[in-house]
Amino acid sequence: MGPTSDLSLIRRQPRILRRLGREVNPGDLVFRALTSLFAATVILVLGAMAVQMWRASGKSLAHFGPGFIIGTDWDPVRDSYGALPFIFGTVVSSLLALLIAVPVAFGVAIALTELAPVKLRAPLGFLIELLAAVPSVVYGLWGIFALAPFMRDHVEPFLAATLGFLPFFRGPYQGYGMLAGATVLAIMILPTIASVSREVLRAVPDVLREGAMGLGATRWEALRDVVLPFARTGLLGAVILGLGRALGETMAVTMIIGNRSEISASLFAPSYTMASVIANEFTEATGDLYLSALAEIGLLLFFVTLLLNVIARLMVWRVARPTGAR
Amino acid sequence: MIGEPAMNGDAGYRRRKITDAIFRWLCGGAVLLALVPLASVLYYVTYRGIGGVDLDFFTSLPKPVGETGGGMGNALSGTLVLVGMACLIGIPIGVLAGVFLAEFPGSRFSTVVRFSADVMSGIPSITVGIFAYAVVVLPMGRFSAIAGSLALAVIMLPTVTRTTEELLRLVPGTLREAALGLGVSKWRATLWIVLRTAAPGIITGVMLAIARVGGESAPLLFTAFNNRFWSQGIDQPIASLPVQIYTYAVSPFEDWHRQAWAAAFVLVALVLLLNVTAKVLVRNPVRGK
Repeated sequence: MGPTSDLSLIRRQPRILRRLGREVNPGDLVFRALTSLFAATVILVLGAMAVQMWRASGKSLAHFGPGFIIGTDWDPVRDSYGALPFIFGTVVSSLLALLIAVPVAFGVAIALTELAPVKLRAPLGFLIELLAAVPSVVYGLWGIFALAPFMRDHVEPFLAATLGFLPFFRGPYQGYGMLAGATVLAIMILPTIASVSREVLRAVPDVLREGAMGLGATRWEALRDVVLPFARTGLLGAVILGLGRALGETMAVTMIIGNRSEISASLFAPSYTMASVIANEFTEATGDLYLSALAEIGLLLFFVTLLLNVIARLMVWRVARPTGAR
Repeated sequence: MIGEPAMNGDAGYRRRKITDAIFRWLCGGAVLLALVPLASVLYYVTYRGIGGVDLDFFTSLPKPVGETGGGMGNALSGTLVLVGMACLIGIPIGVLAGVFLAEFPGSRFSTVVRFSADVMSGIPSITVGIFAYAVVVLPMGRFSAIAGSLALAVIMLPTVTRTTEELLRLVPGTLREAALGLGVSKWRATLWIVLRTAAPGIITGVMLAIARVGGESAPLLFTAFNNRFWSQGIDQPIASLPVQIYTYAVSPFEDWHRQAWAAAFVLVALVLLLNVTAKVLVRNPVRGK
């Protein structure tokens, strides 16, 4: 059907309907308008979130200015707020989580698209996705009673004994802390990275693999020289999506990272993240400025994750376009 | 490659085969490694939680600090109320937005909506909590079930939208054309034929969305807050299973830990049940296909 409907030859449409588009049935027009209204709510909610968070942090923005993100003092009693320790905790724990999760997630994605027997792919993929289905608070509970003791009794003594000459693995260890927090984070972002990477790898045309292997390449060579270069942007997008998830992850981290706003080189030391401080202090924040400072941390988190998600989605879309766009 | 080894002779060929084998083992190992935490979580939750699940757990209120026993009836019903209200808000909006994306694709507007939904699904749930706090709790002057369910609805929205869109696209074009060819208007064809055909898949997507928000605790901390008693109405604070698990887990009391595990067992069982059911249903996401 072209831009001018054939029906218009038979039955003349009122001019206003013709102007509005190629729909000819008034019911269809209403239908389109109504559903587009609902579609618009998605954009509206996103916009409203930005505006509301901006307004909620107004006092803090005005009072501290850009100094907020480099201030290290967090003292509700004297109404002095600086977010640096939380930013540090969030950034370091997230990057550490990526360091642990990315190799495993890529391995999983490759195994499930290129190597595993076809019959096993779907069930294994389902199990990996179940990792994402376990609620955050359950990971926190598991972290407190299973992971932290394990870290304290086995992992951290081992690291201190073998890598103790590095500043990252010094000092007392009690299980809780940066390392345990990052481990839980890694577990939680692994399914995100793995499933997006799987999507990206699946979007690589099979002829490329077949071509490479037809020329005598092994699986590994085909992957390294042909598939990965093709999928690179999308895979990087998957990693950034994982990073975005790690930055905003709240409950499990709050329960296990130790919640002390100190900047320490040691990964054994307790730390504090942006999301955790909001979770812990928001309901108890009494003063207006206190609440506003917490909201500003939320605002920072919101815009950073928004930005990361925009970048990551564009990268993933470049390789694996979702249905709809052309 | 058959018979004719690589350029640099047999040694080179063997080296390449070995590299390939190492690569395969590493990838297989990654899958096993990724499944270790899942197994461990499920083991712990079952082993430490199943003993605490009894009739009291489902029907009683929590006991005051120091007294053992009591249950989580209020938290369980609170979660049902919160998720139910979130569905009332989130599902109609999400499904209709998804219908729009599937039926009117290609325009700049629909690309922006699709992109926004994808981006929105990556926004941390705790910031959604702050949003609900600013929109509902501040004007109302108190924590409430309404605020909590609004936060959950916002979290559901992008998932429901995108799933609906994807599933409507699976409906064979011929079905749509057949309806249109019989003179049915587009909106009727969409609602009465396409949407109905895709219904099983959409229900699956909704179940997954429910599973996700049912376990959310961060956005509820300062919207629904918590309540030690049965809910007194949707404009009042309300208990929920995830928040109760959090409260009990970080408390110093042995008996509360026991109950936290029991609650985690129930929560995980519900979430897994929803996921597995959805998986079984999704084998036939579209009727007659």
